[in-house]
Amino acid sequence: MHAFEQLLHGFAVALTPVNLMWCLVGTTLGTAIGVLPGLGPALTIALLLPITFKVEPTAAFILFAGIYYGAMYGGSTTSILLNTPGESATIVTALEGNKMARSGRAGAALATSAIGSFVAGTIGTLGITFLAPIVVDWALKFGPADYFALMLLAFVTVTAVLGSSAVRGMAALFFGIWLGLIGVDLQTGQARFTFGVPELLDGINVIIVAVGLFAVGETLYVASRYKSGTDEIIPLKGSLWMTREEWARSWKPWLRGTALGFPIGAMPAGGAEIPTFLSYFLEKKLSTKPEEFGRGAIEGVAGPEAANNASAAGVLVPMLTLGLPTSATAAIMLSAFQSYGINPGPLLFESQAQLVWGLIASLFIGNVMLLVLNLPMIGLWVKMLRIPAPLLYAGILVFATIGTYGITQSPVDLVLLYLIGGLGYLMRRYDFPTAPVIIGMILGPLAEQNFRQAMTISAGDWTVFFTRPISATILVLALLALAGPKLLGFWQSFRMPAEPMGGDA
Amino acid sequence: MLTKRELMAGSAAFGGLSLLGASSQAQTVDLLKMFVPAAPGGGWDQTARSLEAALRATKLVNGVQITNVPGAGGAVGLPQFLNQWKGQGNALMVAGMVMVGSLLANKSPLSLTQVTPIARLTGEAEALCVPQGSPFKTAMDFAQALKADPAKVPVAGGSAGGTDHILLGMIAKAMGVAPSKVSYVAFSGGGPATAALLGSQVAAGISGYGEFGEQIKAGKLRVLAVSSDKRIEGIDAPTLKEQGIDVELFNWRGVFAPPGVNDAQRNAMTAMIEKLAASKEWAEVCKRQEWTQITLTGPDYGKFIAEETTRIGGILKELGLA
Repeated sequence: MHAFEQLLHGFAVALTPVNLMWCLVGTTLGTAIGVLPGLGPALTIALLLPITFKVEPTAAFILFAGIYYGAMYGGSTTSILLNTPGESATIVTALEGNKMARSGRAGAALATSAIGSFVAGTIGTLGITFLAPIVVDWALKFGPADYFALMLLAFVTVTAVLGSSAVRGMAALFFGIWLGLIGVDLQTGQARFTFGVPELLDGINVIIVAVGLFAVGETLYVASRYKSGTDEIIPLKGSLWMTREEWARSWKPWLRGTALGFPIGAMPAGGAEIPTFLSYFLEKKLSTKPEEFGRGAIEGVAGPEAANNASAAGVLVPMLTLGLPTSATAAIMLSAFQSYGINPGPLLFESQAQLVWGLIASLFIGNVMLLVLNLPMIGLWVKMLRIPAPLLYAGILVFATIGTYGITQSPVDLVLLYLIGGLGYLMRRYDFPTAPVIIGMILGPLAEQNFRQAMTISAGDWTVFFTRPISATILVLALLALAGPKLLGFWQSFRMPAEPMGGDA
Repeated sequence: MLTKRELMAGSAAFGGLSLLGASSQAQTVDLLKMFVPAAPGGGWDQTARSLEAALRATKLVNGVQITNVPGAGGAVGLPQFLNQWKGQGNALMVAGMVMVGSLLANKSPLSLTQVTPIARLTGEAEALCVPQGSPFKTAMDFAQALKADPAKVPVAGGSAGGTDHILLGMIAKAMGVAPSKVSYVAFSGGGPATAALLGSQVAAGISGYGEFGEQIKAGKLRVLAVSSDKRIEGIDAPTLKEQGIDVELFNWRGVFAPPGVNDAQRNAMTAMIEKLAASKEWAEVCKRQEWTQITLTGPDYGKFIAEETTRIGGILKELGLA
């Protein structure tokens, strides 16, 4: 009841004309950058950080949260119509969504992703409102050993999305892990892979790698292929209204996607990618028509889209309650808190009640705005995809360069940006997936640090990973995820030749 | 009389000239250039921005221009300040104890003794905290357990070789335990370290009091001791020394002029900062930020830097980091 009263008070803050305007600016900008490939919420918020010196904190965070939620909505449009994920969190959406669009069901795909995003975003925001304190208590039970087990599980699930060639995927993943290891080691204070360059001592900012691979690399790739034709935008066909059957096939994946996305988003390194992949495979397993997967199954759009929005809500829980960023965007929002001198923590809900509850209320309002922005006005965003590629990509390159320089004002970072951009181009050219680089860069060092923290705490006793109930449970899950499909395949191939021989299998 | 525009357009030498005249009487400095070898938002940056506000409020300075060069605890910024800002009489760098440690740990050929010391301004005491349900009631309980078996007492804090790690090393040394034996669990900042402490994943945590303050007020953490020489107003905890552990550590911050400034320029800067440090505006800032004022200027400050470099270097060596 207490939370409900606070929420009402929050609405009073969020519904002031000024804050409504910031919310609208944020959600519109967020949808735009979500739609445009190569621009993400982390980059956009980083570019907007200087406004924290001019705008009061509540307004700034309403703007930032609007961008964050908006990008999750907008990214799916590009995935569905262009088969190029607008956001890393919408990679999976492209798998089925683009196939649906190709078979003339773009309207339904866009509708199920927008409504699914709305459902998940609203449930997720309700989750922040009522579950934040409970989630905090639960999350605090996770020690380094449990986190390490969680990272292992994440690595196992990541291998499922390495793309067609496992060798290329692994190469990209390990390149990412190597990038993540550059800098001063947290546990010993020793420099690793810095080659005597002092600017590398703090490690390479993941934003620079993401911008380099996704913005610069993508731009170079598009430029190199420009003469040979541009990406095909599938015209918006099919009614935006979903049929009764499509509703029936969508609502369960929405709820399941939300159930996966929210808690995983709230976990460190959970992010938005993992729950979308998990949701996709879950829907594929549960579907009554698994043969449709790969040809445009609506469940494969509904589930992951709900999952990525729910995870965006989930990410805000540890950020607000513990000051723990679990995604690149949250890390940048955290630095915005710090520039206001506000320390997110369990007492934030009391000491900054106006800010926190105003922000949460604005998320509800933002979700409604986004539904309107992304369904009736979808035609507008599609037009944005028709901006001539040379103009669009030149613009992206300029923004990426300014944005990167704006983060640290370091020329070394600019050199890195273009080096990584060039590499991103080569990776695209030779069909290496780029997403595992980012996943490896975030998860690799976290896994390493958690492993070593766990070992320090246990005084070098490695059984700690098996004796802690949470860790042991997660490790068993990881083992099942890794060996399960292979064992099943092995068992089946063993049984098949056995049968003709009349064995008792 | 120089206008602000002329001063900005002119070379740094003009800035120095205007300061020459300022040394005798409290004349206003037109433009003070501040160099912060850290990212916006951190402790040094907050110090610089608080200094800016207080210097303007006390009319000691008309305009302030802040340059941030972040990276490696100041090891990236310092070479730039030494080379490119040389001889600029209207420039100040904000730095502190963390830089002494990071230069040593990164085996940098540079040292804080190469810049011109102006004044030590503030200090933040470190706090030793335990979860609410911890068996440790006093800092001595903790220290005895550490003495009995350091491997069994994992302590959380910030990155290895930082202030938190150094304090744990000092406590161990004071108890006769080799600092290299301590079981220090480095986290990427006060937030994650606090989370580990709240979940009782570690036996104790060390960080600036500010990182733990909210949790202590909420009753989820207990503070066993502060690392300052005297008790701190508003913090309900004894010092380490009171409890028989002969350790004192401040995460101090101060200002430095570039190398190559002349005596008149140095004296003018020192006079300006001394006036500021005595002002009620600065006292209010320190109170709000929970910084302890530990002003030290002139040759004493230079001597302090040299001593601190030796002291921190020694403990880092014993921790196996330098």
